[in-house]
Parts: sequence; structure tokens; C-alpha cells
Amino acid sequence: MTENTEKNFESAMHSLEEAVDRLESGDLTLEESLDWFERGVKSAALCRSHLKEVETRVELLLKEKDGSLTLKNFELE
Amino acid sequence: MKSPHVLTVSRLADLLKEVVEDNFFQVLVEGEISNFSSPGSGHLYFCLKDERAQIRAVMFRTRNRLLPFRPENGMHVLCGGRLSLYSQRGEIQLVVETLEPLGLGSLQLAFEQLKEKLAAEGLFREDLKQSLPPHPVTIGVVTSPTGAAIHDILHVLRRRGAGLRLLLRPVRVQGEGAADEIAEAIADLNRQGEADVLIVGRGGGSLEDLWAFNEEAVARAIRASALPVISAVGHETDVTIADFAADLRAPTPSAAAEMVARSRLELEGHLDHLILRLDGQIRGRIGLWRERLSGQERRLRNPLERLEGLGQRRNYLEQRLFQAFDRNRSHAQGQLATLSGRLDNLSPLRILSRGYAVVRRERDGLAVRNSSELKVGEGLDIRFSEGSVRAEVAEVKS
Repeated sequence: MTENTEKNFESAMHSLEEAVDRLESGDLTLEESLDWFERGVKSAALCRSHLKEVETRVELLLKEKDGSLTLKNFELE
Repeated sequence: MKSPHVLTVSRLADLLKEVVEDNFFQVLVEGEISNFSSPGSGHLYFCLKDERAQIRAVMFRTRNRLLPFRPENGMHVLCGGRLSLYSQRGEIQLVVETLEPLGLGSLQLAFEQLKEKLAAEGLFREDLKQSLPPHPVTIGVVTSPTGAAIHDILHVLRRRGAGLRLLLRPVRVQGEGAADEIAEAIADLNRQGEADVLIVGRGGGSLEDLWAFNEEAVARAIRASALPVISAVGHETDVTIADFAADLRAPTPSAAAEMVARSRLELEGHLDHLILRLDGQIRGRIGLWRERLSGQERRLRNPLERLEGLGQRRNYLEQRLFQAFDRNRSHAQGQLATLSGRLDNLSPLRILSRGYAVVRRERDGLAVRNSSELKVGEGLDIRFSEGSVRAEVAEVKS
């Protein structure tokens, strides 16, 4: 998961949590309820796809002579 | 040409054996036990060592049977015995006859001393320990790129389908300088900043192999880490200073991987739970709205129901009407019966049945009420309740 998709995941999770909160506590019209439900469902689908997205992968964090750190893909075996 | 100075290996070994065994038939040696093993034969094999040297030692079954304690690696001991040459291997070994413990081994002593010192500084305080982040996605790993630990971690994470990103900061995990490399790597991962949590560790080994994780530099680097650190050194039974300093101690690298995978699974569980709540809420709400809707529908139906009510009232009144009518009719019938009974009582036939008779004049059929209406010899028709007779007047009396 790159940092970007990770952020997407976090915000999708928050959006889902918000939808659930609103539905649970809010005094909503039917229309609003359905809107929040739809947002929740979309966020949930996004979260699920993020969780399924990647296999665990390894990157090497290497230190250059000047002390800077660089990333390099790493294949075991 | 064969030189008289050339020896066979066996002959040399024999000579050596003589020299060794004749000169060292009774020695006392102080040292630390390492590479200890006790195979099924019941003999004990180990090395005795100090800072600069080591020597192989064996304690045969017949001797060690009497030992009151179990020798362990790191134990500082005093051994009595003799030296012998193990010809097959060309190795000199100490044949141990007596074995006494001399307090802790130096490494273990060092371990205890450092543990005490750092504990006194508050380095292991529980309130300093961070918990695992709820949704770790990137895991920093400080270990050897060729060791068992990274394999084990990756194996567990892949088996669990955890879908994480590992940032491996490769280090040497044993030998001179390893501790400093490990400490530096922990700082590097903190500086780089992408990891959510760090796993610091290595696979199993001897106490010497694991020693880097018992060094002060590593313990301090772990404590200084802003990222939570899971220590994962050796096997279940290995406890290191790093374990005390870490936020979380995993008994093995695999177990550390299970920890981060579990938090991942918990995250999925949380997601499932949220989805269930979302679903439950919308169902509940739709149910509520549906109820309100049917309430409105009921109100819409009311006029019809009122008509229906009127119809019912009409039926009811009609029924009452019929019932009243029926009641009146039966009353009339009763009256009729009474009247006809009374009528019946007045019937002449009824009187006749009580033994009276009706006498009529034959000439005109009129009922005779007075004897003066009759003449002697005149015909009479006398009617009884049952049947009648013809008669003639024999005499007229006044």
C-alpha cells in the first residue's frame, strides 16, 4: 500500500464511520438516510478493496554514504 | 628413501596422547560453559571458555549422574579432571570428573547488571510503553536480510494475507558492532518516518549469538524510538534486554508478525462491524419509514371504514327491526291461542261434552228453550256430544 492509497484508506474508513454515526444518532429524513447509507456503502467497498489490494512486499531501506536513506525493492530467495 | 623422522598420523596422535595424558592427569579449570549438549547417551558435552580461549570437555554418564544441578550455557564452573586426546578428531578434551558452579557466567552476569542499571533509570517503565497502532500498514523491520527472522515474518504475513508493506533495514545481528548497527537502524527508520511500527529481532541462537540484543545501545535506541517497537529475538525462552525495553515483546519473529497481522485482521473485523451497523441502521430506518407510511395509509382508509361502519349500523338496526317484528308476531300468536281457547270453551260441542244435549224441533230445527214451544206427538232431534237420536214429545209440562 503506498502512502497515497493508505491515506485513501484512512479517509474511506473515517467516511464509513461518519456514515454509521450519522445513521445511528442523526434525526435524518428518509432522503438523508439513504444518502448517508450510500456514502457508507461506497466507503466500505473502498476499504475492502484496499485491504484486498496488495500482497505483503518488502523494500530495503538502505543508507547511502552521505547518510541519506533510499528505498529499493527486495526479493527474498 | 624413507626418512626415520616421518610419522604416521596415528603414531603422532599416540605420542601426543601420552604427553597430554601423562602431564595433565589431574587438573582444576575454571571457565564458562557454552555449546552445552546432552545427547541420548547421557554423556555431557560442552566447551569451557574464558575471554580468550576455549577447550572441549566431556563429562561421562557415570560421573554426571551424581550432579545435583543441571549444567547450562553461561554457567561459570570449576571443573576437575584430566586431559585426553580424542584421537579420531585430533582434539584435546577435558574429561570432567567433578563440576561445581561458580555463580553466574560472565555474560549472564553482564545481562543482570545491565538489566538492573536500565531498570533503575526507568527505561523499562510500563507507562512508557506504547501500544500497537490500530491500523499498521507499513512495518519497519530491523534484522539481517539473510537470516531466518525476515523469512519467518514474511511467511506469516503472506499466509495471513495481511497485505502489509515491510521496510527492511538490513543489519548484522551478531558479532562485533552488530549492536551499534541495530541501534542506528532503529534511529534511521524513525527518521525515515514511513513505518507505523518496528519489529527488531533475529532468529534463534546461542546466548552469544543473541548478545547484541542484550547491549545497552540497542536498549536505548528502542526506548528512544518514537515508533512503537516489537522485540522479536530468538525463541520463546530467550529473554533479552531488548525485550524489556521494547513496547511489546514477541516471543519469536513469527509471533511479532502474528501481532501485526492480527491488528490487520482486527481492522478487517472493525470494517465488517461497521458495515453490519450501516446495514442494520438503514434497515431499521426503512422499517420505521415503512411503518409511518402504513400509518398514513390507515388514515387514508378511514372514510371507507366509516361507510363500512354505517353499513354495519344499518344491518344492526334492520336486525332489531326484524327481531321486534318477530317478537310482536309471536305475541299476537299467543293472544290468538288464548282467544281461540276461550272461543273453544264457548263452543256448544264443548258444553255437550260435559253431558248436556241440544233439543231441536223436527219441523223447523230450532233449538227448544221452552217446553211450551212443543206439542204432544211432535218430533224432536236430540243431539249429544257423540251422535243424536229422534224422539217424540210424550207429554208437555209447564
